[in-house]
Amino acid sequence: MVRQWSIRIAGYALRLLILLFAVSVLTFALMKASPVDPLQANVGQTALGSMSQEQIEKLREYWGVDMPPVRQYLSWAGDFLRGDMGTSLYFRQPVENVIADRLRHSLLLMGIAWVCSGILGFFLGAAAGMFRETWVDRGIRGYCLLMSSTPAFWLALLLLMVFGVWLKVLPIGLSVPAGMEAANVTFWDRMRHAVLPALTLSLTGISNIALHTREKMIEVMEQDFILFARARGENRRQIFRHHGFRNVLLPGITLHFASVSEIFGGSVLVEQVFSYPGLGQAAVSAGLGSDMPLLMAITVVSALFVFGGDALADLLCGIADPRIRRGGFRE
Amino acid sequence: MKKRNRRQKMCIGLRFFVLFLLTVCVAGFICTDAARVTDFSRKNMAPCLLYPFGTDWMGRDMLARTLKGLSMSILLGVLSATVSACIALILGVASATLGRAADRGIGFVIDLMMGIPHILLLILVSVALGKGWKGVAWGIALTHWPSLARLIRAEVVQLKESPYIQIAEKLGKSKWYIVRKHMLPHLAPQFFVGLVLLFPHAILHESSVTFLGFGLDAGQPAIGIILSEAMQHLVTGKWWLALFPGMMLVLVVTLFYEAGETLRKLTDPASVHE
Repeated sequence: MVRQWSIRIAGYALRLLILLFAVSVLTFALMKASPVDPLQANVGQTALGSMSQEQIEKLREYWGVDMPPVRQYLSWAGDFLRGDMGTSLYFRQPVENVIADRLRHSLLLMGIAWVCSGILGFFLGAAAGMFRETWVDRGIRGYCLLMSSTPAFWLALLLLMVFGVWLKVLPIGLSVPAGMEAANVTFWDRMRHAVLPALTLSLTGISNIALHTREKMIEVMEQDFILFARARGENRRQIFRHHGFRNVLLPGITLHFASVSEIFGGSVLVEQVFSYPGLGQAAVSAGLGSDMPLLMAITVVSALFVFGGDALADLLCGIADPRIRRGGFRE
Repeated sequence: MKKRNRRQKMCIGLRFFVLFLLTVCVAGFICTDAARVTDFSRKNMAPCLLYPFGTDWMGRDMLARTLKGLSMSILLGVLSATVSACIALILGVASATLGRAADRGIGFVIDLMMGIPHILLLILVSVALGKGWKGVAWGIALTHWPSLARLIRAEVVQLKESPYIQIAEKLGKSKWYIVRKHMLPHLAPQFFVGLVLLFPHAILHESSVTFLGFGLDAGQPAIGIILSEAMQHLVTGKWWLALFPGMMLVLVVTLFYEAGETLRKLTDPASVHE
């Protein structure tokens, strides 16, 4: 049993490593293909223009611009593994510092949104599935369809307009009050600034999991054991508690862990609207400012999260589902 | 009035969707010039009868700008989604027919593409190709195929077991012949439904990426740019700049979804008689 589990976990780790390697190669190749001249991006056009040819040659050598791409990749990846991710051109700081700082903000935001949208979405979906073809179902389904065709950034704009500009109850941006010293910022301040972005992310995140849970619930409700439970005289609540809930929980969890990528994508847009200093906003600044080291590092870190989410979903399923727990692998 | 069954109603609905989307496209092209006219005598006007969507800080008619932006988004979305769907078809069929190694390789690429958050991938491609129209179009075309490719692969794997394909194999027909004569016709409805269902995604992502600033240069009336410009004027209470263009975008995307779902129901033999 223990042996089996350690083999499984080792398998996941190996897969993760291979995929991360592939992601880093892909990112590096894309950045190499970019028409942006690394020298010009690093020292700036005017500085480059005023340099002599010799100085430029020296710089080229120093940064290894003329090295073959494979050597460049190896040197970058080697440093990356040792924790040296390079220097961000946009923030003028080591990339690892930028990422650590930004990640803290983003994790707060995404964590709240992930939990809220998961719980709400699951119960809304379950309700829609239990009360199929009633007004409850129609309402929830309509909401989900509307949300999945609403761009997250526009919803963020709407909420900003209503709560920030019109009602003036919540701040319109940033993660702390503007012009306040870092020491004076309370936990309450941080939460107040995270409310709107987290709300936007939760509202858009619900639709996916709710629609999925609804489908599963409908499937479960058509099973024979539900018919039998009804014949035994169980009411709706009992049926939900004893049969429905247990059967739809697993697919729900799997899907929600696998949706980390979407929440991350949404956070890029939402952080941009609320000028929230998270990882997503840093990615946009890096992309617009051709800040290659930062952009590559963010891609690898986010891929780590996505793969981690997928692997966790598989593992959790294995732990929660007795059929898998007792023997063998899930098909 | 003659009573119609659900299938007929769906067909009428589908025609209505297509007509509406075409109208938006055509109106967008007619509005090309109107969208650029700046007139400072009418700047910052709230919605009224003459300008139902209001005007912006340069006195441009927001209705014209919205229509122009939408038509561009639709066109770009449809074009790049089509390329993406073709990639999905080729890779999906290849993955199922060309043996284990091809299957593994393509599966790995799909995992890889799905591992990077979509928006981030779009940003990467856009940076790699140099920002601008080309980057966005290729970004959308190159990143939307994985889920459809998976669907098509699953379908072909199932198809390979069916008697008529196996008989064709036993008759010594080449793989290419079987794919062309037996598989592609079978996949056609799924492919077109998948294609139409890609449109809303493509349009949403197109608007998102241009909103972030990776699309055209500012000033061009793409829907993402209109909204990101509106963002700067929100705090001063010009709500109409963001509200109406966004609503139109949501409407168009919803209609595409609906059209795709209707098409799916109409082509799926299991639900066609519902």
